[in-house]
Amino acid sequence: MTPDVITVTNGVVGYDGRPVLRDVSLTVAAGEVVAVLGANGSGKSTLIRAILGLVPLSAGTVALFDRPIRRFRQWHRVGYVPQRLGAGSGVPATVAEVVAAGRLARRGILRPPGRADREAVAEALRAVGLADRAKDPVTTLSGGQQQRTLIARALAGRPEVLILDEPTAGVDAVSQEAFAGALRDFTAGGGTVLLVAHELGPLRPLINRAIVVHQGFVVHDGPVPEPAGHHAAPDHDHVHPHGPEEPAGLWSAP
Amino acid sequence: MSLFQYEYMQLALVSALIIGLTAPALGIYLVQRRLALIGDGIGHVALTGVGAGLLFQTSPVIMAVIAATIGAIVIELIRERGRTSGDLALALLFYGGIAGGVVLVGLSDSTSANLNAYLFGALSTASRTDVVTIAVLGTAVLLAMIGLRPALFAISHDEEYARVSGLPVRALNVLLAITTAITVTIAMRAVGVLLISALMVVPVATAQQVTRGFRSTMAAAMALGLFAGGAGIWMAALADTAPGASVVVVAIASFVVITLLAVGWRRIRRTRPQPAPVAEPPEVVLDGA
Repeated sequence: MTPDVITVTNGVVGYDGRPVLRDVSLTVAAGEVVAVLGANGSGKSTLIRAILGLVPLSAGTVALFDRPIRRFRQWHRVGYVPQRLGAGSGVPATVAEVVAAGRLARRGILRPPGRADREAVAEALRAVGLADRAKDPVTTLSGGQQQRTLIARALAGRPEVLILDEPTAGVDAVSQEAFAGALRDFTAGGGTVLLVAHELGPLRPLINRAIVVHQGFVVHDGPVPEPAGHHAAPDHDHVHPHGPEEPAGLWSAP
Repeated sequence: MSLFQYEYMQLALVSALIIGLTAPALGIYLVQRRLALIGDGIGHVALTGVGAGLLFQTSPVIMAVIAATIGAIVIELIRERGRTSGDLALALLFYGGIAGGVVLVGLSDSTSANLNAYLFGALSTASRTDVVTIAVLGTAVLLAMIGLRPALFAISHDEEYARVSGLPVRALNVLLAITTAITVTIAMRAVGVLLISALMVVPVATAQQVTRGFRSTMAAAMALGLFAGGAGIWMAALADTAPGASVVVVAIASFVVITLLAVGWRRIRRTRPQPAPVAEPPEVVLDGA
């Protein structure tokens, strides 16, 4: 039996008393590529943040590599790709500098970067097709290229599991392809992936299993379901104003 | 005959150079996390420490370090909570700090000249002991800022990611708060409470007009701070102006000159023929393609 990388048991998360995740259980085994799907406001991003320990659970447990999250210390085994680059400040930073932050989990804060760190950064940049932009300020990159910078940062730490929050939202087709390629290489090397997505696009062939979250519950755990409703239309473009929750059945269980 | 033959001018110069180098090395992290004015606020709190020191006849500088450190940690805790009321809490802390300082200085038998020395700096009255204190604390701050650059960059650039990397985010934040308090206190001697933020922020603002990366910005900001410290003291000696204000005036003048040069340079480059930008392939099927 392969060891479990991520285990959530009866997880509950609430913000200011309003429940976002009501009762969520899931496991991701080593080598799996799992997509968490759901509408806006379904709680799927909260699920990712709870797994990473960024949001506290009000009930239930989260374990990474069979260790409770509170006692988990081997963060170099985890690569996190947030939805977007944190609100950029005025101070410029090069692409390579941002990616180099991915080495800290492995190196620790006191040791200065060495040759192994530089090589890992260069390799991660090659993997996402940004090797020629290493010395450019990250703010001069397109949205898709910035997103690729973030996956390179996660890859630079040579993690065993990648956890990605909406990696392809609003990303151009070229970047989506580069992204899918980097993910394919990572899984071919035995890596485990958990990603939140609204729409799978070119990532679809990589996914082994889908978990659909709806109103704070897991309503589906199995093969990737077909998109329902207007999402199924071939010319559907994803424009989601921050409006009311989308109707149930969007990713409804088959 | 040079004014720098006098020991007090030499000491002033040495202190200004150390602070010119240290303040931007710390300030770059504050600018990066959009806390550019935090040094100003902590300076206000430090003033209460100065007042307490003068009142109880203990070292004002040590009392200022203590008050500023407490203030900095309180501000950090408020920031961590991330509540909207943080803004108001900061305002209370700042004005409470400066008002407390003025009241305490008034209660002690010090003259208003004494208060002015802390408000606007009094570098030319720095003793050898003061300069040694500035040198030791300044070096400690500088080593921390340079040695921990990757980690401090990570927490300032993307705090959540740093947390998921397993970095001791809170410890690093508190370290940044304490080193800010120390820098503010030693800079207080040089440029005074009212001008502290200038030395932390202006060289960084100047540097990022022309740099592309974080490391190069830090190096350039430190060089500019060093230049402002040296040139400011030289100008003060020459024109008999207040040393602290002169240092800041030089820093701001550098900002204006370098910004104008950078804008001009970009204009010139734009009028020159440029190589066609490498576009990514179109995402649609074009006719005849």
